[in-house]
Parts: sequence; C-alpha cells; structure tokens
Amino acid sequence: MTALKDAFLSAAVALGLFGPMVGLVTHNAAAGLDLVPNPIAVAVLVGMVFFGRLGMLLWRDRHQGRPQAPNKALAETLTKASRYLTPALLALAIALPFGGSRYYVDLGTLVLTYVMLGWGLNIVVGLAGLLDLGYVAFYAVGAYSYALLAEYFGFGFWICLPLAGILAAFCGILLGFPVLRLRGDYLAIVTLAFGEIIRVILINWVSLTHGPNGISDIPRPTLFGLSFSMDGGEGTFSDFFGIEPETIQRVIFLYYVILALALLTNWATIRLRRMPLGRAWEALREDEVACRSLGIDVTNTKLSAFAIGAMFGGFAGAFFATRQAFISPESFTFIESATVLAIVVLGGLGSQLGVALAALIMVGGLEMLRELLSWLAAQMDSPFFAGIAGELPTYRMLIFGLALVVMMVLRPRGLIAGRDATATLTKQQPVARETG
Amino acid sequence: MTALLSLTGVTAFYGAIQALRGVDLEVHEGEIVTLIGANGAGKSTLMMTICGNPQARTGSIVYNGADITRLPTHLIMRQRIAQAPEGRRIFGRMTVYENLLMGAEVSGQTDIGTVMEQVFTLFPRLKERMTQRGGTLSGGEQQMLAIGRALMSRPRLLLLDEPSLGLAPLVVRQIFGAIRDLNRATGLTVLLVEQNAYQALRLAHRGYVLVNGAITMAGTGAELLARPEIRAAYLEGAHA
Repeated sequence: MTALKDAFLSAAVALGLFGPMVGLVTHNAAAGLDLVPNPIAVAVLVGMVFFGRLGMLLWRDRHQGRPQAPNKALAETLTKASRYLTPALLALAIALPFGGSRYYVDLGTLVLTYVMLGWGLNIVVGLAGLLDLGYVAFYAVGAYSYALLAEYFGFGFWICLPLAGILAAFCGILLGFPVLRLRGDYLAIVTLAFGEIIRVILINWVSLTHGPNGISDIPRPTLFGLSFSMDGGEGTFSDFFGIEPETIQRVIFLYYVILALALLTNWATIRLRRMPLGRAWEALREDEVACRSLGIDVTNTKLSAFAIGAMFGGFAGAFFATRQAFISPESFTFIESATVLAIVVLGGLGSQLGVALAALIMVGGLEMLRELLSWLAAQMDSPFFAGIAGELPTYRMLIFGLALVVMMVLRPRGLIAGRDATATLTKQQPVARETG
Repeated sequence: MTALLSLTGVTAFYGAIQALRGVDLEVHEGEIVTLIGANGAGKSTLMMTICGNPQARTGSIVYNGADITRLPTHLIMRQRIAQAPEGRRIFGRMTVYENLLMGAEVSGQTDIGTVMEQVFTLFPRLKERMTQRGGTLSGGEQQMLAIGRALMSRPRLLLLDEPSLGLAPLVVRQIFGAIRDLNRATGLTVLLVEQNAYQALRLAHRGYVLVNGAITMAGTGAELLARPEIRAAYLEGAHA
C-alpha cells in the first residue's frame, strides 16, 4: 500500500516536471512562437515513472535481506572483465579505420580526443586530488598556441606540438601558484574562474587572436614531410605512394595521430604512478598533512601535477586546432571542462581504463543514442505515435542524463572504482631484495 | 651531554590566539622524553611548531647544533626527524607497502628493503597486511603503520603525537613496548606527546608537563609519577 502511495507521489512529481518541459512544445509559426501541447509524451513519461517506481519498490521489498548483492556482483564482473577489456579496446581502436567508414573514424577521433583530455585531467583530479573545473583553459592554450605560431611564424604541427604542451604546462604553473593554499570548493571556484579568464582573453585580445571570429586555415599535419593536400602534386602523400588523393587518407592519419597522443598520455601516467612523484601525488590526495610530515615538498608536488596535467591538455588542444583547421573561443566554454570532469568522475577517479570507457560512453554513446533514436522514430509511423515519433531524437539528453544518474547510483565511485597498487611484492620475494 | 633538540623561549600563535607561551625543552640523544598535559594545553601545537607548521613566532629551535626555527616543514623533515602525526593520518587508499615506501621517499636511501625488514621485525602484523589497503586496517594496526612509516626514513629523532589515541589498553601496551624496544636496541631518540600520562611517564626517561602553553613541571618519569599534584591532575582513576 505504501509502495502504491509512493509511486503516485513520484508520478505527481514527474507530471509537474514533464508537464511544462515536455508537454509544451514551441513551434515557429507565421506570427511568432506557437505553443503546441504534447499530452501523449507526458502520459508515457509519467506512466514510466509510476510503474518504474512501483516495480522498484516491490523488487526492493522482496530482496530486503541482501541489498548489496547485485552491486557486488557487478563490481566483480567489471573487475574480471577489465583484464580482457584493455587489449580488446586497444585492438578495436587500431582496427577501426579499416572499417572504411568515414563516420566512425571521425567519431573515433572525437572520442579519442576526450579520452586524452580525460587522462590528462585524471592526473590533476584523479591522482593528485585537486578539483579542477577549468581544464578547458589548457586545451584552449594548446589550440591557440599552435594556431598563432602557425599564423605568425609559419611553424608546422610537429614543431608546435611540444611548444603547445610547454606553454600549457607554463599556464598550469601560473594557475597552480595562487591556488596552492586552497582546497576543495575554493580550489574549484578559482580553477573555474581561470578557465573563464582564458576564454575572455581570447575573445577580447582581438589584435592577436581575431577575437570571436577565431582563426581559420590552420595548417594540417604532415607525415614525415608529406602533406595530405588534395591537389596530389609533388611532395604529397598520394603522390609519394602513387595513389589517388582522397580526404579519407587525411582523416585516418589524424585518427592515428590522436591515438598515438592518447596512448602517450596513458603510458606517461602509468610510468609516473610508479615513480616517487606519482606516488607523492596520490599520497597528497589522501592526506596533505601526512605528506608534509614525511618531508614531501607539497608546493612542488602540486605544481608538477598542474603542469603535467596541463601539458597533455595542451597537446590535445594543438591536435584539436589542426584537425578542425578553425578555432574560436566558442570551442572552449565551461561545458567542455564539465564534460571532461564528468568523464573522469564517471570512469572512477584515478582509473585509466575507467576514464577511457567513460569517454567512450559519454561521447560515443551519446552519438550512438542519437542514431538509435532517429532509427526508432523512423519505425514508429503509426498514427498513434504521431506526437512522439518526430520528437524522439530531442529526448537524447534526457535519456542520457537519466542513464548517468542510474550509473552513479549503482556505482557511486565510478565505473572502475578499485585502485591498483603501484608497487607490489610477490610472496616468495624477500623484502630486502626489493629496493623500491 | 649536549641536546639533540632544544627549544628556548618558543612562542606560537594561531591567528591572534597564543598557543605556546615561551616553552623551554630539551631532548638528549638516546632519551625518551614525554610531554603530558590536558586537552588544549598546546601539546600538539608544540609538536607541530618543531616541524615548522606553524613556525615559532619568537624563541629558537635547535636540532643537532643547527637552528631549524625558520626552515620550511619539508626541509625540517628531511633532517632525520620523523613524525607519526596525531590521528595517524595514514594513506587510506594506498597499500601498507606503499605507505611504508612513502616514508622513505625523500630520504634518498638505497637499502629500503633492509629498513622495511626492521619495521616488520618491530611490527610483524604489518608484514601480514602488506598488500592490504591502509584504510582497512584496525586502529592499532594503523598506528603501527604510522610509526613504521615514520621509521622508514631512518630518523635520529622520532616525534610521536598521541599514539594511544582511541586504542584499547592492550594495544597501547603493545605499541609502547615497541617504542621501548626500539629505543633500547637502536638508541633512537623519542619525543612522545601523550594524554595517557601514567603509561607515558612509566615509559619515558624524562617528562615535561604543559599547562596553558607553558611548561610547569619537569623531571624524570619516576619523579613526576610520584608528585601528588600530577597524581591528582592527570592520574586519578586512570591507572591501566
């Protein structure tokens, strides 16, 4: 009886929420905006909430004795699966361009960009435990470093890539100094502001950055001096290998460039975690006072985390600029920082595989969901669904948000919550032989 | 005998509040010295001031013949002074092994394995728990880990801040026993801050009593234990 009452209450809340948000659709009419009611969609959603809540409560009543069981099973399955998942994902990533579909290669490039950003931010947030809401600033610094160096000095991508990383790392230290004493919420606010400051500078320093107009015609990268130009002339990729010039060649090349960059980030992080510096980052996340008491220079440790995290953001930024060939401050808004942070948190702070999975879900999954919804809408051409079918793809973000909420309820510490030890001894090994 | 650590007229403030009012204290090589006092007397502040966090406003702290009063914390802690901080403060998500490695991180020594074996001899429990996460240890084991971690840098002076906090009497005796063994076997100098005055005074060669940020009494452990005012203030009903 209480379950029924609870379900009614939930349905009422859903009605209040979805009534105006989903039930009223704005249309552009001849005389301004028209409001069109959409009662069927509201009824479906409210019904889903009612029966979903009722089902959940009844299920919970029946399984009252062991509420932890499914969660633990899920955790174990994920841990077991993760051993095979890493090589499988890597093989998939390498094989993807052979599928031949331009759409998937483009999507893969986008996903890998976010994987790389996620891994970069993971150093700052996941390992060192410094909440950074302005990570997009370093992405922007990297992108603009390359774009400006190319425009004013005619430098190529491969020279600018390390320069972009260095400049971003320098910005990381610049941000690091004022926030050394801050923790938690206060740190988050200052990093958020830093991200906005960089964006506002890019908009307003018109003489250097062309302001809101952005920078266009950013040169593409070359493969050992071979360009991917479409004219197929002397010194181009197609001329060298004696094949017809096609756009897909450049797209696949860019895909492998970001794959290599992302793997470099991953490799560096794994190495760093096993070194004293990486261990100090993790110790810092656990307890700053204890770190001080052990003689660790907290200032340098924090600054190095900001700098190295920012450097990888800068690399990703330079890649973004060369891939798009056009950048403007529009590309570096807070939502980008939020997305990357969501990837890191959803993946499980500190987990490399978790971050990769989360990026795949957040960026690739969202795109797949759009496809799926369009396909579903095309199937529902009976008049009964008339009100919904056309609108279905617009529910993408709603469904996605719901999925994220469910995921965080099921796995509050992220997809891969466990932490691998960075130093281990086998049982037979005497301690005296291991020297760290 | 010259002192390994000596404090002269040390004052310290938290904002406008004076926490230490001119403390004089000496610790000689090979001694166990305890500092006892009530809640809020400034015991932990004194310990933290030695470590430079907060720094002493006036007075001087001399360690091994050099003035360390104005050094930043991490440089003080690299001079073979180690601290097991109040509340243990172990790294919860890292394994016991990693926690111990953190203790040796900045000392630049090459034979970490030998030192770790010594720690395991002192606390065999830690060896059994080596691959376990620090946060899953019991309170007593965490305290052993905190002391073990401090010992990893091969200190000359070990600062212990309330190692008995929140532990069962049997475990406290175990830990105090380990401190005594360590002092006898290696001559390690120990400065121990404690609320558990009875146990601490029995363990220590000498003791100081801190009241409202100033030392009011000093003497050997046995002397202080025999003083009626000490018995009345710190030992009533506290016999273990």
